[in-house]
Amino acid sequence: MTAVYFITLACLVIAGYFIAAQRAKSLRAAPGAAFHSLPTYHGMLAAVSLFVPMVLVFAIGTPIVKHLATSSVFSFFPPEVANDPLQRGVVLRDVGNILDGRHQGEPSATLRSAATSFAHVLSTGRLIVLGAGVALGIASLLLVLSRISATFRARNLFERFVIAALVLCALVAILTTIGIVFSVVWETYRFFFDPTLKGRPTVTDFLFGTEWNPQAALRADQGDIKTAYGFIPLLTGTLLITFIAILVAGPLGLFSAIYLSEYATPRFRAWAKPILEILAGIPTVVLGFFAALTVAPLIRGWGESFGLDIASESALAAGLVMGMMIIPFISSLSDDVINAVPQSLRDGAYALGATKSETIKKVVLPAALPGIVSAFMLAISRAIGETMIVVMAAGLAANLTLNPLDAVTTITVQIKTILVGDQEFDSAKTLAAFALGFVLFFVTLVLNIIAQQIVRRYREQYD
Amino acid sequence: MKMDMTTQGIQAAQPYVAAKSSTASKVVARGVNVHYGEKHALKDVSVDVPDQAVMAFIGPSGCGKSTFLRCINRMNDTIPICRVTGKIEIDSKDIYDPSLDVVQLRARVGMVFQKPNPFPKSIYENVAYGPRIHGLAKSKTDLDEIVQTSLEKAGLFKEVKDRLNDSGTGLSGGQQQRLCIARAIAVSPDVILMDEPCSALDPIATAKIEELIDELRSNFCIIIVTHSMQQAARVSQRTAFFHLGILVEEGETETIFTNPRDERTRDYITGRFG
Repeated sequence: MTAVYFITLACLVIAGYFIAAQRAKSLRAAPGAAFHSLPTYHGMLAAVSLFVPMVLVFAIGTPIVKHLATSSVFSFFPPEVANDPLQRGVVLRDVGNILDGRHQGEPSATLRSAATSFAHVLSTGRLIVLGAGVALGIASLLLVLSRISATFRARNLFERFVIAALVLCALVAILTTIGIVFSVVWETYRFFFDPTLKGRPTVTDFLFGTEWNPQAALRADQGDIKTAYGFIPLLTGTLLITFIAILVAGPLGLFSAIYLSEYATPRFRAWAKPILEILAGIPTVVLGFFAALTVAPLIRGWGESFGLDIASESALAAGLVMGMMIIPFISSLSDDVINAVPQSLRDGAYALGATKSETIKKVVLPAALPGIVSAFMLAISRAIGETMIVVMAAGLAANLTLNPLDAVTTITVQIKTILVGDQEFDSAKTLAAFALGFVLFFVTLVLNIIAQQIVRRYREQYD
Repeated sequence: MKMDMTTQGIQAAQPYVAAKSSTASKVVARGVNVHYGEKHALKDVSVDVPDQAVMAFIGPSGCGKSTFLRCINRMNDTIPICRVTGKIEIDSKDIYDPSLDVVQLRARVGMVFQKPNPFPKSIYENVAYGPRIHGLAKSKTDLDEIVQTSLEKAGLFKEVKDRLNDSGTGLSGGQQQRLCIARAIAVSPDVILMDEPCSALDPIATAKIEELIDELRSNFCIIIVTHSMQQAARVSQRTAFFHLGILVEEGETETIFTNPRDERTRDYITGRFG
């Protein structure tokens, strides 16, 4: 039925477009007619004037029909059934099974008549919705058709529709963001302050605790609950790995950007830059097993040859590979900002007798610095939010350590560990993931704001 | 008319022999050719530029005057497809000699560009940049002095002395251009090249720059490329007229403007083409 509705809708919209466009065209052909809008705009306006009411009728009508059909089912049953969610569900499932012909055994007479009534109300209701939709659509089409004339501002009206559609799209993105933030904030609030939640930590315990062990808090009589949700080891783990990653990607990315933008021949640059950018396209899960299966054993092997005891899952391995992952962010963005430094500044420096490297160090890089810093910020937020590489290469042990050769864990890894598998959403353990998510969100948000501030200043730099 | 110009073009393709000037020549060019890839941008240019004077290069757009200017401090080296042949000497030393360090050459030949291009640094740092990279100042006091004298010579010091630490890009267009001149002066060059230094400025700022050029003449050899013939007439002692990559005529500014020998020069200065 839904398919029928939308096929009708599509046919009507296309037909409406051509009727209106044709009508406008024939009126326009009349001598002396100075038409305000092109026939296409009249057609488009007719099409949206059909489309919008029909979609609205469907969106409003369908749930109403469904509701009416359901209540018709319960008119055959005593009110207790309708009011008990469990029995209600059973009845509706039975009705559905009867209609699909999958009901086990012989259904009762009440159930059968309820099913017949349900089907009847549903099909009648849907026909009415279809009829109402088509009627309203055609009415609004006729309204548009009747107004087609030389002075009718179809273009302006249609463009207003376009703006409305654009606003709608923007709103969806904005509302989703707000929704996510609210859900995270709300669950975080529950984690800390919901009195029904057992084993929840205080904010201070969470922010300053040095032991992370959410498993211990499954039951109130298990483990040392007070220290189970200490967030510090995760933070140090995250920062340690991010630091190693930046240590790798910072110099490599920046220097390759300088080479590409200042020294490389255009031909070399033309193929080297895309290859660097491909690195950004490698799925992190692939990088993750590269880290776990190739890099980590390699580091362990080297460590052994130097007499060092390195865990097979180490912060170093994860950090190194994550560094590789974020190189393209730094190199590509830095390359862009270095290229954006006007040639006139370079000429000015050359004309003063500066060498190429003096020009780069003292003129080009300082001018590009804000942009470079923001490239670093974006790379850091990527590194902080990265999960797969760390899951595979750094381990799950929440060690409070700054030794890069130890196994560490990060905020993202713990969120993933907590939420993988079946979870009940009223345990402190599960809600801890939201608290972690909130902290992560907060950190990356702050970094992004800093980056944006710097970019804004950068824009005012030269001109 | 078009026919005429073509024949004249052939005649003037003969190398122009510069008139021997009485004062010592600072820059001497002989048979300079410049190619941009396939394009022959400058054809067999020979000219003598006197010291302690202003020489103006005039001519219609694309005539090669800026190209020639950029040969004198080898800025064309930064363009990969550019090829320069011929000989340019400054103080009798060949500047295209392979043993010559182009960095040292550019320290001696300052340049001011069409659009003011101060570095996005403070006013002080803009001027101090050159002396710093060439190690001209022994101490902070030395450097302060160089910055101050350079700004004074560029006629900017009074306007900016209270805000030397403000960004150079925050100045007005004319001030920015004078800052660029101060920056060029700060490394005490022998020659200053100016590539249409006033084309991005309003008439008042232009007048100030022209006044400045006239003052600077006593200490430097200045070569200015300009689109404005009035400007050439106002600031220069000698003028060279370029057309289609050829140096058509060169001489005392007054002679060029009042009694040019070549018909194309006359056509250009009277505004009949270009």
